[in-house]
Amino acid sequence: MSMRYRRSWMLAATAATGAMVLAGCAGGGNEDTINIAVANHPWTDAVLANVEEFEAETGLNVEVTSYTEDQLSQQLNVRLNANADDIDVMMVRPLQEIRTFDRNGWLADLTEQATSDEEWDWADFQEGPQESVTLDDRVLGVPLATEREVLYYRTDLLEAAGLDVPQTLEELETAAQTIQDQNPDVYGFVSRGARAAAVTQFSSFLYSYGADWVAEDGSSGIGTPEAREAYTFYGDMLRNYGPPGVTNMSWPEAMGIFTQGRAAFYTEADSLYTNATDPSNSTVSDVVGFAQFPEGPAGSRPTNVPSWALAVPASSNNQDSAWEFIRWATNQENTIVAQENGVIGARASAWETEMPDIPADLAAAQRTSAEVGVGYSHPVVLNVSRARDIVGDPIVTAIEGGDVDAALDSADRAFTEFLASENE
Amino acid sequence: MSAVATGKRGSLWQGLSDWANRHRKWVLAAPAIIFVIALMVVPLLYTLVLSFTDAQGSIQRAFDFVWFENYISILGDTARFWPAVWRTVIFTAVAVTLEMTIGMAVALLLRRPFMGRGLVRVVMLLPLVATPVAVAMMWLLIFEPTVGFANQVLGWLGLPAQGWISDPSTALPTLMLVDVWQWTPMVILILLAGLVGLPEEQQEAARIDGASTWQRFWHVTLPMLKTTVIAALLLRSIDAMKTFDLLYVTKGTGGGSSHEVETLNIYAYALSFDYNEYGMAAALVLIYFLIIVGVLVVLNMRRKENRR
Repeated sequence: MSMRYRRSWMLAATAATGAMVLAGCAGGGNEDTINIAVANHPWTDAVLANVEEFEAETGLNVEVTSYTEDQLSQQLNVRLNANADDIDVMMVRPLQEIRTFDRNGWLADLTEQATSDEEWDWADFQEGPQESVTLDDRVLGVPLATEREVLYYRTDLLEAAGLDVPQTLEELETAAQTIQDQNPDVYGFVSRGARAAAVTQFSSFLYSYGADWVAEDGSSGIGTPEAREAYTFYGDMLRNYGPPGVTNMSWPEAMGIFTQGRAAFYTEADSLYTNATDPSNSTVSDVVGFAQFPEGPAGSRPTNVPSWALAVPASSNNQDSAWEFIRWATNQENTIVAQENGVIGARASAWETEMPDIPADLAAAQRTSAEVGVGYSHPVVLNVSRARDIVGDPIVTAIEGGDVDAALDSADRAFTEFLASENE
Repeated sequence: MSAVATGKRGSLWQGLSDWANRHRKWVLAAPAIIFVIALMVVPLLYTLVLSFTDAQGSIQRAFDFVWFENYISILGDTARFWPAVWRTVIFTAVAVTLEMTIGMAVALLLRRPFMGRGLVRVVMLLPLVATPVAVAMMWLLIFEPTVGFANQVLGWLGLPAQGWISDPSTALPTLMLVDVWQWTPMVILILLAGLVGLPEEQQEAARIDGASTWQRFWHVTLPMLKTTVIAALLLRSIDAMKTFDLLYVTKGTGGGSSHEVETLNIYAYALSFDYNEYGMAAALVLIYFLIIVGVLVVLNMRRKENRR
């Protein structure tokens, strides 16, 4: 007996172990836990600080993993490629990721949940942000933050120079020059100069010069005379009045220069303003002013874009709880909580609420920017990363004082080819 | 009946164990073979298949076979691919040459007993044990052009401030220096181990014959240390060629705004994880692989010639 039984016992044990291993591989199957992948962003700090409320209300457990923007995007790409089911809610950039994630089949359709819930009220979201997360009438995400490019400036330096806040790009250049001449330690102007990172902030310059990334016939728009002027202006500003090493700067570095009191003007997204006004981060917190983006030849046309949204991966096994979380995180109350912390959401009702903590000049600039703004801050294509590298190249050449025309010619050709290959 | 069953089973078991015994070299090597196939052969073949496709965005999406199109477009890419090859070669050659030279000099110094030798050895090894990402962040701060320590020192000496890592023309040389700072200790460690094991007799004989210090080093120490030197050289070259953390942390995706530190690794990363162009990335990685295999084949041929 013994031999046979022992063997079948061992067989059973092996099978059980195998089954457990397989079950372990399936992972993430705990229905009471929602795994959330977010970016380090003021929204995350503001809203997720109250996540216990949601946990107490629903009995669900929320696991938050926070990444820098680039890391998050790469994490999502790798893990969604592998059909990972350990992310239930993720922060995505609507303009950059919704289209390509959807084409990859990575996004759960949220139309039914979003449109049937009257209390939560999808209709309250502004049209632009709504469109950015809706493809072929399917709602694929919920916008949670919007941003506009505004002008940050130093009120004390402007006053000392006896200057008014620049209304046009020409005045901006004159003021930057004047202040730089008067203050040896201060650069007239700073903004992002790193190839891909600069694209979103250069957009407002491009639009205000009357150009656009893509022409009306769908071909590249960066070879036009207006675009050439915009590239040249942006490059000249940063070369003549910017700090050294600006071609390495994304927002943290540029913001650092401004908050250390080393720059007079700074064009940047309004969503980052607390970095400049918070005394623990900024040596110039009490002398920061905000204004609408200055007018170019085509007027003031700043970006006004939905910067972040929450979405549910199609591979999540926990989609109902995931929606519960999104519903809570983006309700009227939390939109106002975020807004009090400087993150302007996409709900029309919240826009009408008075926000005593937001500086008055910033609030005014935000309102007028929203009226005249353009709803995208880079080419709206599938492979946004490659597109940003192509159109960002001439920005670097312009800053370095190279041959802008030649750089634009070759970027224009490359971008036309790129657009054609995307439409194939 | 049960006796018959047991007999059958017994003979089956016997047969199995006989078979295992006859093929024991395969049976015993099987776990290793399976691992190698699963973890190396399969991924390599999969990469090969991917490199013939236009896979993009998600590897689960349908893709078309474009055969050698990816290879042709990479090999014809003078804007990013060839400069990246060049930078990989330069970075490896310069960094490893400096590391070997300095490493050898320091190892020779540390070989002789002197006061505080133990302490000096420990201090020398500190860069080696630091995490590369932390090291990269630290040097990034030191070389920051506006507030960094390096430019402050230059200021004290009355020298003009430099762009260091942020200036496209000096970024790669600066990062080579950081690589030298971090990895020379490893070379020292290996060479020192080799030196300690060398017998004294030949040195003595050479000294009696009137050989100078340089002659003793060049004609006695170095030939005896040859295998150790080659080991250190190979280890460091392979490591330097695939350097990623230092370059990525200091200059980001794409190796800086003008791709000034974009080596083949950094380029492959951009293609796969930034652009999500998996077909292209696979082709690039295989070309890189072939380059390395080519270099190894040439080196091997040289070595065989030398032996003859």
